[in-house]
Amino acid sequence: MTLELGLNQQPAHLRQGSSIGQPLTRRDGFLKVTGGAVYAADNHPEGMLYAVLAVSSIARGRVLSLDVEAAKAYAGVVEVMTPQNRPALAIDPDAKDNPFMFRLDLLQNDGVRYPNQSIAVVIGETLEAATEGAALLSPRYEVLPARVGLDDAESFVPRGVGVGNPPVQHKGDVEAGLQSAATRIEATYETPAQYHNAMEPHAIVAAWDGDRLSIDTPSQGLAMAQGRIAGLFGIAPENIHIRSPFLGGGFGSKGMMSGPQVLGILAARLVGRPVKLVLRREQMYGPVGHRAPTRQTLRLGMDGEGRLTAVDHHARTTSSTFDDFFEPAADASHTLYASPAIATSHDAVRLDTGTPLFMRAPGEATGSIALESAIDEAAYACGMDPLEFRLRNYAEVEPMSGKPFSSKALRECYQQAADRFGWASRPLQPRLMRDADGFLTGWGMGTATFPALMFQAEARAVLKSDGSGLMETGAQDMGQGAWTAFAQIAADGLGLDIDRLEFRAGSSDLPNAGIAGGSGHTATAGMAIHNAGAAVIAKLADLATADEASPLFGAGNEGVLARGGRLLRRDDESRGETYGDILTRAGLKEIEGSGKAASDPASLEAYAMHAHGAVFAEVKVDPDFGQVRVTRLVGAFAAGRVINPRLVRSQYYGGMIWGVSFALQEEAVTDRRSGRIQNANLAEYHVPVNADVPSVEAILVHEDDPHVNALGIKGVGEIGVTGTAGAVANAVWHATGVRPRRFPIRIEDLLAR
Amino acid sequence: MTSLPITLTINGLRHDLEIEPRVTLLDLLRERLDLTGTKKGCDRGQCGACTVLVDGRRVNSCLALAVSHDGAEILTIEGVAQGEDLHPVQAAFIAHDGFQCGFCTPGQIMSTLGLIAEGQAGDDPERIREGLSGNLCRCAAYGGIVEAVLEAQQNMAKSDRRTAA
Repeated sequence: MTLELGLNQQPAHLRQGSSIGQPLTRRDGFLKVTGGAVYAADNHPEGMLYAVLAVSSIARGRVLSLDVEAAKAYAGVVEVMTPQNRPALAIDPDAKDNPFMFRLDLLQNDGVRYPNQSIAVVIGETLEAATEGAALLSPRYEVLPARVGLDDAESFVPRGVGVGNPPVQHKGDVEAGLQSAATRIEATYETPAQYHNAMEPHAIVAAWDGDRLSIDTPSQGLAMAQGRIAGLFGIAPENIHIRSPFLGGGFGSKGMMSGPQVLGILAARLVGRPVKLVLRREQMYGPVGHRAPTRQTLRLGMDGEGRLTAVDHHARTTSSTFDDFFEPAADASHTLYASPAIATSHDAVRLDTGTPLFMRAPGEATGSIALESAIDEAAYACGMDPLEFRLRNYAEVEPMSGKPFSSKALRECYQQAADRFGWASRPLQPRLMRDADGFLTGWGMGTATFPALMFQAEARAVLKSDGSGLMETGAQDMGQGAWTAFAQIAADGLGLDIDRLEFRAGSSDLPNAGIAGGSGHTATAGMAIHNAGAAVIAKLADLATADEASPLFGAGNEGVLARGGRLLRRDDESRGETYGDILTRAGLKEIEGSGKAASDPASLEAYAMHAHGAVFAEVKVDPDFGQVRVTRLVGAFAAGRVINPRLVRSQYYGGMIWGVSFALQEEAVTDRRSGRIQNANLAEYHVPVNADVPSVEAILVHEDDPHVNALGIKGVGEIGVTGTAGAVANAVWHATGVRPRRFPIRIEDLLAR
Repeated sequence: MTSLPITLTINGLRHDLEIEPRVTLLDLLRERLDLTGTKKGCDRGQCGACTVLVDGRRVNSCLALAVSHDGAEILTIEGVAQGEDLHPVQAAFIAHDGFQCGFCTPGQIMSTLGLIAEGQAGDDPERIREGLSGNLCRCAAYGGIVEAVLEAQQNMAKSDRRTAA
């Protein structure tokens, strides 16, 4: 099958299996183009009521009163949930046992600690009645001044950044490296608060049956969500069934159960009927996470040949007043460029915002745009081409840790993307290129990188006597194509044609598949699936090779292989039999096995494991009005084994367009007086529309990695954002001669020249 | 609130309804008629996920009050395929991976059908991008969407020629 598709021309896609490597279209494609895919808010159990959140219109203070009487008197309103009547919880929503347990606003008191915080829930027979009821609450507040900016509160060094990384790290003597440098640059870059804005607003349909709970809600981590709810309500996890067959995008915002989702469960408990609660778009700017703003200062020193002598990267970021998540922006400097001295540091201030959260490439994206801009400045200061400068400082081992890379095909990425883009003809000086219409044209580049992470996952495999197979794992597909890629891995793991495979996922009653995050889901759940397949095949081989009636008798478990629904002798593939024959003779209807996956501690200790890429961008800038258009993007990425090139390209495209958006469009603007977000909607919070998107190419660069996991999979979901944002910024400089120092790039900054 | 009688033909099926004037066409479809393929992404006409065709024209159904369309013919995503037979636009969206999470997809497809019917699509990708810019896709599957629209139009033109012959 692989040969028929002509994929032998692309070695990255030619693998031993019949399914892995093929550009299959999505298994859920039919459902998604016909409206048949059921997202959480599409559910409507018998007797369901509608819950609508009332949220704070202040950033900090206290709710003095709510006109609950007016709301309850309104026709169709069934109940109003406030701190006075909210059902009891087993634990304090402000309790925190681990870094993944975020504090929630569940009407535990009358306090307001950020705008759009939930202050009441109105439950009605119709959505319209509940919405009107919420408007009638007319809250009155005691208002305290809001802290909104990077300098509005006392700074401190957090205990950890990201997921517990040390906030301050160094190797070598940075000050000495800067002193000895022939050339130095220092620059400060600012990045704004950004909001995930998945197209699907957070939604939940919750129904209680005694102490059993049934939930439809989008989740990037079903088992974690189940555990969180179990803890909050004091019920057994197995009494909670969460269904999340489709997520309308996640990007990190659906990794943890958010406050509003839990309020939907509380509302259902209060009224004793199923309840649906869906956030309004503007209500997503607070309780469901965001990317925190940063201000980053980079100091780079270079010797006379353009070699880095020192890299100093400091990042200031923000968290909420009541919880901890610190964007690990400066850590971007740990992995990319060789330098004898590197120092990274973070500090933070606490603001009256919702708690920041993982957002597609958390830390990597913010850090990358600053680092790649600074590297571009450094190259120019040394009079070098930016690509030549990057190659001069190419890291043969991970700069911060000194560990060898498990694999690193970055040179190939640079070369393939640069060739495709036509980089060689780029003039060194800015403001020299114009197109036929007189637009300033600029070319810029950036290096992309993202760690190859694995978490923990389990899967269960079944082979049936009718020759079909089943693979089950509680995995999550938020659009990355997991249903399809996992089915491909499962088909190969079970030695079955993919059409003979049933694949089940997206439900909490299946084996724990870990989280869809950190670009680690394909590697993690994929390995669990692979191992479950191997386990059931081993059992089947045990049956066959011990059975005198089998042509495989005596071959030994190692002596057989599975392919096309048959076990075959390795030493003579003409001798074999079908799974069905083996099971039927053994009197079995089916046979099952299970598999687990986690990162290998020995590999983690020995190797630095990252995906890499190179992105080249062309922009055109109106010389009179400063309007910037990205006209061309070429990226090349090496991320280990590619399970499905069609889906992987889509992930790269999506990430790269997020990079364009980071450089040119996205920004949540906070009103300094009220602390409210002024553009909490999709018209004024700019995300790319179709007309904003240029010609985008993503080249898949072959890379074998024997160390990351047995399948050789890294991750592709987030890396596209990194590199791209800096490439666009550098192209804007090359077009205009103006170095962007705050993002998104503003017309007024370009015209101020 | 007083309900008003209206009649809508939705995907070829006549519905006689009693509906409060404040109910949007989107909420009517989703919450009362169980036609949940049409999505609510913003409820303000800013994202296009709720796009349906009203008398052949693209409409953000979140901004349309159902009672103001008494007598209209509505086409939603559920009415586009003939059973298992996909419309060429739907098939092309799958072939070109014109979606990831799929949440905006019903709106993208309805908007594409409207664009083609308006004669606005043409074979210029730039015009297609412009004509579909009212439909946000946060996964940014825009490249695949444009390719899908181009291919679907070609396939539809071929099939029209066959029909004419």
